[in-house]
Amino acid sequence: MTRTRDRSKRLQGVPAGLFWLAGPVLAGLVVASLLTGVADLDLDGRFSGEAVELLLVSRLPRTLAALLSGASLAVAGTIMQMLARNRFVEPTTAGTAECAALGLLLVTLLLPSSSLFIKMIVASASALAGTALFVTLIRRLPPTQPLMIPLTGIVFGSVVGSVVMFIAYETDLLQYAGVWMTGEFSGVVKGRYELLWGSGAALVIAYVFADRFTIAGMGKDVSVSLGLNYRQVLWIGLLIVSQITAFTVITVGMLPFVGLVVPNIVRRTMGDNTRQVLPLVALTGGALVLASDVIGRLIRYPYEIPAATIFGVAGTAIFLWLLFSRQAQRG
Amino acid sequence: MIEIDNVSFRHGVAPVLQDVTLLLPKGGLTALVGPNGAGKSTLFSLMARLLKLQSGEIRFDGMDVATTTSMELARKIAILRQDTHVTARLTVRDLIGFGRFPHHRGRPGPDDEEMIEKGLELFELSGLSERYIDELSGGQRQRALVAMAYVQDTDYLLLDEPLNNLDMHFARTLMKQLRYLADRYGKTIVVVLHDINYAAAYADRIVALKDGRLSAQGTPEEIMTADCLGALFDMEIVIETVRGRRIALHHAG
Ligand SMILES: Nc1ncnc2c1ncn2[C@@H]1O[C@H](COP(=O)(O)OP(=O)(O)O)[C@@H](O)[C@H]1O
Ligand SMILES: [Mg+2]
Repeated sequence: MTRTRDRSKRLQGVPAGLFWLAGPVLAGLVVASLLTGVADLDLDGRFSGEAVELLLVSRLPRTLAALLSGASLAVAGTIMQMLARNRFVEPTTAGTAECAALGLLLVTLLLPSSSLFIKMIVASASALAGTALFVTLIRRLPPTQPLMIPLTGIVFGSVVGSVVMFIAYETDLLQYAGVWMTGEFSGVVKGRYELLWGSGAALVIAYVFADRFTIAGMGKDVSVSLGLNYRQVLWIGLLIVSQITAFTVITVGMLPFVGLVVPNIVRRTMGDNTRQVLPLVALTGGALVLASDVIGRLIRYPYEIPAATIFGVAGTAIFLWLLFSRQAQRG
Repeated sequence: MIEIDNVSFRHGVAPVLQDVTLLLPKGGLTALVGPNGAGKSTLFSLMARLLKLQSGEIRFDGMDVATTTSMELARKIAILRQDTHVTARLTVRDLIGFGRFPHHRGRPGPDDEEMIEKGLELFELSGLSERYIDELSGGQRQRALVAMAYVQDTDYLLLDEPLNNLDMHFARTLMKQLRYLADRYGKTIVVVLHDINYAAAYADRIVALKDGRLSAQGTPEEIMTADCLGALFDMEIVIETVRGRRIALHHAG
């Protein structure tokens, strides 16, 4: 018996082939990213020692940082959307990123000489606490009002964000706070982004738990009926999300909406089976953030626009288009 | 065997179940009937450990639901809740496949694939297998959820109002499939039904719940009397015998 699982039959709007172009597109972006910058990479002749050094110390780390942060934030969004059973939550619509920044600010203030490792621990612990608080808050919301959840999260995030800004203002750390909340990659050099490999590790763990996240996304009762330890899966998910968020905030700064836009683009054509979509979500997230970074480097050359800004504009436009084109289809 | 021993339950202060004691033998099809709010769904949730017992005990083949691990119970009991609402965008095949999770825990093998195929066929879903569940009619989705409980391949199957949303054709087909599962594989199936005539036609025994108490239990012949049903639903019900079957005329009176 042969069974074809031709998923392309079910596609709506976006041709499936587009996704499988992701590989070549990604390769193209990586090359573009390696070649784009103020310092000239002289490729006329052979690679000079200087050019190789520039590549290894600056361009390659920068490219990897964009890929890792994009991929992991997109996956964090996917997990959050599954666990909250709501398509509009992601680290910046649930207060996760703001809470990470708050933790980072407090540890910078109170223990200024602490190591990066300690800072990372504090930031992810506070991201975890904030997200857990958010999850408790939204339990009380009516499930019939899906937009209430991200709205609550945004309000919660804004309150925490304001506290961060206030403390930062009072203590002359405003500059830091700005850097944490606006992701950009111009400062990335070798030795200053490696924490992001922690996000890479979190991606692997997320993949291991993929089926459990999908089941949790079917609700507590279905989870329990299938023998799942629902609370445990919830905590593992929150832990992964807060780790990824904290790593990103510390190294390159937050990239809002990556976790919102990417999973929603992918799920439209590929559905919600986490194990199946996770690789594509990661790939798309990495590619879109890298593209934003490259565009940000080119648009006002030789000045740079933060990748978070470029992504914010382009991603929001894509998302709105998706939202409205679907409504047009249904209606 | 299902042993329900002195189970009482309150939602807040309101008593929902009061001293329910019930023994259901292994094998066969039991219909659980009773008016809205009688506590049927609550009893099911307690049986399937979705709600924590407040007092009393429930055992399946001697396994206490309060002390047995959830994973072990997942291979013993499958439940379809009345208001299951799956928001995840999954294909019918993937949804049904998750019913196998207690057996493979994330690494499906050929057995699991085979069982999924069987589930798709049994509930006439083969043609819909690659469709997303949010693109199905209510009845089709209901069948997919029943199939998901079926592939969990447990000795005990609890279905809360599975005929919801089903047309006459599929309602009858589903009842026949359940009958077949009980007869052929010796499954123990408990179904909450609203149409007493379905209960009488397909069940081996009927259990009636009213105001949180067990009000009657017996064979369809014993329950299908004007007195018994009249008292259960607080209305006058005429019983007629048509082609050797007792039929409750409850819809017009
Ligand atoms: N979550 C809940 N909170 C409070 N009361 C509830 C809850 N669920 C059910 N009830 C009440 O418990 C009683 C039994 O409900 P249920 O078990 O759903 O009855 P049935 O399934 O027989 O219609 C009803 O009076 C209902 O209002
Ligand atoms: Mg009910």
